[in-house]
Amino acid sequence: MNQIPEVIRTIPLEYYLFFSAALFTIGVIGVLTRRNAIVIFMCIELMLNAVNLLLTAVASYRGDSSAQVFVFFIMAVAAAEVCVGLAIIVMTYRNIRSTDVQLLNYLKW
Amino acid sequence: MITAILLFWPALAALLVLLIKGQGAKKVAFGAALVEFALSLFALSGFNAENGGTQLALNFPWIESAGISFSIGMDGISLLMVLLTTFLVPLIVLSSFKHDYKNPNVFYALILFMQTGLIGVFVAMDAFLFYFMWEVALIPIYFIAAVWGGENRIKVTFKFFVYTIFGSLFMLAAFVYLYLQTPGTHTADVNAFYQLALDSGQQSWIFWFLFIAFAIKMPVFPFHTWQPDTYTESPTQATMLLSGIMLKMGIYGVIRWLLPVVPMGVSQWADLVLILSIIGIVYGSIIAIRQRDLKRLIAYSSIAHVGLIAAGIFTLNEQGLQGGVIQMLSHGINVVGLFFIIDIIFSRTNTREITSLGGITQNAKSLSIFFMILLLGSVALPLTNGFVGEFLLLSGVFQYNYIYGAVAGLTIILGAVYMLRMFQGVMFGTKSEATEGFTDLTLNEKAVLIPLVIMVFWIGLFPNTFLSISEPAVMNLLTIINR
Amino acid sequence: MQEIVMPLNNQGMALLCLLVPILPLLGFILNGLGNRKLAKGLVSMIGCGTVLASFLISIYLFLDFTANGSRAYMVDYYNWISAGNMQIGFSFMIDQLTLLMMLMVTGIGFFIHLYSAGYMSHDENFGKFFSFINLFMFSMLLLVMGSNYVMMFVGWEGVGLCSYLLIGFWNKNTNYNNAAKKAFVMNRIGDLGFLLGIFLIFITFGSVSYPQVFAEAARYTGGIDSNIMIAITLLLFVGAMGKSAQLPLFTWLPDAMAGPTPVSALIHAATMVTAGIYMVLRSNVLYVLAPTSLEIIAIIGVATAVLAATIGLAQNDIKKVLAYSTVSQLGYMFLALGVMAFSSSIFHVLTHAFFKALLFLGAGSVIHAMSNEQDIRNMGGLRKYLPITFITFLIGTLAIAGIPPFAGFFSKDELLAHVWEHSKVLWGLGMLASFMTSFYMFRLVFLTFFGTFRGTESQRSHLHESPMSMTLPLIVLAILSTIGGFLGIPAVFGENMHVLQNYLAPIYGYAQVANAAAVAPLHIDHATEWMLMGISVAVAVVAAIIAYVMYVSKKTVPVAEGSKLSPLHNLIYNKYYIDELYDTIIVRPVMWMSSALHRFLDVIVVDGIVNGFGKLVMQSGRSLRYAQSGAIGFYIMVMVFSIVLILFLNFFIG
Repeated sequence: MNQIPEVIRTIPLEYYLFFSAALFTIGVIGVLTRRNAIVIFMCIELMLNAVNLLLTAVASYRGDSSAQVFVFFIMAVAAAEVCVGLAIIVMTYRNIRSTDVQLLNYLKW
Repeated sequence: MITAILLFWPALAALLVLLIKGQGAKKVAFGAALVEFALSLFALSGFNAENGGTQLALNFPWIESAGISFSIGMDGISLLMVLLTTFLVPLIVLSSFKHDYKNPNVFYALILFMQTGLIGVFVAMDAFLFYFMWEVALIPIYFIAAVWGGENRIKVTFKFFVYTIFGSLFMLAAFVYLYLQTPGTHTADVNAFYQLALDSGQQSWIFWFLFIAFAIKMPVFPFHTWQPDTYTESPTQATMLLSGIMLKMGIYGVIRWLLPVVPMGVSQWADLVLILSIIGIVYGSIIAIRQRDLKRLIAYSSIAHVGLIAAGIFTLNEQGLQGGVIQMLSHGINVVGLFFIIDIIFSRTNTREITSLGGITQNAKSLSIFFMILLLGSVALPLTNGFVGEFLLLSGVFQYNYIYGAVAGLTIILGAVYMLRMFQGVMFGTKSEATEGFTDLTLNEKAVLIPLVIMVFWIGLFPNTFLSISEPAVMNLLTIINR
Repeated sequence: MQEIVMPLNNQGMALLCLLVPILPLLGFILNGLGNRKLAKGLVSMIGCGTVLASFLISIYLFLDFTANGSRAYMVDYYNWISAGNMQIGFSFMIDQLTLLMMLMVTGIGFFIHLYSAGYMSHDENFGKFFSFINLFMFSMLLLVMGSNYVMMFVGWEGVGLCSYLLIGFWNKNTNYNNAAKKAFVMNRIGDLGFLLGIFLIFITFGSVSYPQVFAEAARYTGGIDSNIMIAITLLLFVGAMGKSAQLPLFTWLPDAMAGPTPVSALIHAATMVTAGIYMVLRSNVLYVLAPTSLEIIAIIGVATAVLAATIGLAQNDIKKVLAYSTVSQLGYMFLALGVMAFSSSIFHVLTHAFFKALLFLGAGSVIHAMSNEQDIRNMGGLRKYLPITFITFLIGTLAIAGIPPFAGFFSKDELLAHVWEHSKVLWGLGMLASFMTSFYMFRLVFLTFFGTFRGTESQRSHLHESPMSMTLPLIVLAILSTIGGFLGIPAVFGENMHVLQNYLAPIYGYAQVANAAAVAPLHIDHATEWMLMGISVAVAVVAAIIAYVMYVSKKTVPVAEGSKLSPLHNLIYNKYYIDELYDTIIVRPVMWMSSALHRFLDVIVVDGIVNGFGKLVMQSGRSLRYAQSGAIGFYIMVMVFSIVLILFLNFFIG
């Protein structure tokens, strides 16, 4: 049974880099272009996970586990964020019957 | 230890005063201020006047990892400033007895709280503690002026607040820079700052950073425009605190944190500062001549007096510095007295316009005498307190540069012009509608004025009592500056 | 080589010296606090008594001084101001000059106090008057007794304050208050000069104490007429100009006549205004090192003497005439100082104090009798009603005009002889002033006491000779004005008869060391001296005769207010418009500047810049707030592009 890091190392590092960059970009573009708050939320998760993936890969390649600790932190933060964020979205929906962020422009000058 | 008690007693008393409902607060505040004065006299008795260094010191770590310590202590100059504060605050509290301010407990608590800030500024021996106290002193006066002030109080006090905060930002920046220059794990101790070896380029800009902060507080021309408005709009007690004590923070700051820290910067820019100060003297005096509002007139005269003090201390000779120290005391006493007299006149006539006053001497003999004495102190008549300071200051400036001395000396002439014009307009001539039923001083008012007048003559006749306290400290500073 | 000033170790004597100024100060405090509470009799007892005591102590000090070999001594009380190398003691120096001034000030002061007790008896602020005038005595005594320049300055400013308080004594009257303020401010202009002079002395000699300064000056190596010496002496002289009402700072003195008449006599004629002469005389060693300054002093002195005399010709107010005559006589004294006739100058100070105090008190007596009328056009024929006043006033006039054997003759003659020796032009001008002096003084006498009464009926019915307390000082001063001149008998009447000069000789000790040539005694042969004497007497007599012809024989009366005058007369009558000139070139510009600086520079420029910063912040906030659109998508986009930009910059530039 191979160690997980070894399994990870069977694929070259560049692949991970490109893949997570692609995921991250998709996330960014999603956040920028979509108007549904839930989708934006999912895109944010996508970006976070892109980073997680990269961190894990680099940790394996360098044989340094400290980057993996960050992954746990990010997951914890993401979970907390979902809690608060979804709650906000639900409340918004109850108030304006929509999750369109374009409609939420009351906080201005 | 006594220094720490001096520092914290007013704050403690402020909390106590806060709990008291109704006008009883003023009596408690007065008592607390008197206790503070007694404490400062006790500190004086434990002070060794021969020694020029910091005494009665207390030092324990505050933010240990950053090398910032809670370091307080006094040398002769600090002690005199503390004594001035503790002497004036009870009188300022006493002077308010005839007013029934709304929320008196808050009003008096703020005054006492401010005293802690003021004393903190004078005893802090750590740059960050100094900065902290500098801001602590500002907050209460802001509220006093903004809540109990005149019609335009909000606008005027806001300007004052932003102005001074703007200045202190520069000071903070300079302190941080100096702090980072200290060797090893950094420290903000005053003596470490004195030992820094900065090149003249660094000193030059640090000089300006610090100078702007202090110049705004003093205020030196052209940083003065907050002052006449603030003095005019604030309640008299706030004006007294501002002009009598707070203004000295700026000068004290220069003596403690500017001159010995960046001596090269000072020698580079002293000429410019002297010129600005001297412009301030003539400028303030000339403007004062035509002012019609009494408070505003004294405010402008204050610019002139402070200009002379600033000019004197930047000459870096002993007459100038000693003159500056003694003149800080004298100016504090005179200006508080004059503002109080204006308050008395205002409370009886409801006007501060010179043109609508007149003939008061006929009704109020005692008031005329007190007014005259304080005025003479202010125009530096020999044997009153103002003379000693002005004589030494002018002598210092004259030694620095003959022309500067001669121009600064115009204050002697112009001071007489605006003060006598004011006195004549208010006290002499025929009675006006407003002054018809003017009544003479009450016992309470005399109780405020008598200690002030005693000090006018004490400093005038025996200035060495005070000069000898500050002399070793001044010598010590001069050695540091000239090393 | 010169006298050495010894410190005094005798406690008793030190106390006595201190009592001389302190007693009047005590009177000031008692009368000041007790104003209106004390009875008038008690007030005048305190007021006069303290001064009398000072006078007696001064006499004792004088006798003691001469009995102990005339050695100058210092009395140190305590260290007043000390800052670094500047040490200023509160101490007195007693020497010949000090004692002379002390005797003069307390002596004449006492008689004027006595006179005041009668003159001011109807005034409601009787106590205030005595307290102020006692304070004046205190200050004046500090001025003459102080042992250093700062002490002199203390007295100097003190007398200025008292002068201010007393000119504005009747402070309901705005004109009087303005006169008081003018006096104080003009004096302060001089004081600034004095103060700068003190600083320069300190810088040059490292001390302000007389013995040290003079000893240093005697050793001065900078030579005669060095710039620094000229600067010191001229700065001090600026102080003297203010106090002693010399050109261009003389206009306050005539206005100062607003004060009660005894004040005019004591402060503005006999004592305070001679402080400038005292100061120059005291600093004689410095002045002999700067002959150029002396030259300037002589010119200013003679110019003042002539100018003031011409104005005096046309004045109609009895006190104004005397005031201008004071200015003119002070000009004489400075002329004498300028030609280094130091002793003659102080001699004239002394005789002038006698006769001018007498004249003022006489004028006061006239005003008192005339129910506060001061215009001589409304007087006339008063000799019948006021015989004592008339005789004493006439003696004063004879003295000031320089008719022998009255006091003014001796001092003026001696003074002019020195001037003759120095410069014939100055002497000529001095003679001209002397001629005019004699003329306007006799004009005053003739218009006041001769002819017929021109006042109202009610005034005539009130005419009365003044009470004893007022006439006694007149008589005493008249006697002094008659015999005072014999203190300085000129050499033609016998060698070494000049008591005053011999007495004062020691105070020039240092000056002799510093510049021996300057203080050489007068070398003038007897024939010339006789001639000069003859001329000056002749001039005075001729002027008196002209005045007699004009005002007694022809009964001319000066034209009433508002009538047309010849241009020259108009110019003189309006005092050459000097007040107006000062008003235009100094007062108005300063006032204008005061408003302009405040309204324009302070409120608009400086405060404008400050408020401008505030406005800038507000304005930028106002325009930038539209970026806050509320659209989340926009915010995120800006954020993303900013991050990209930062990364980009980081890669390709950083």
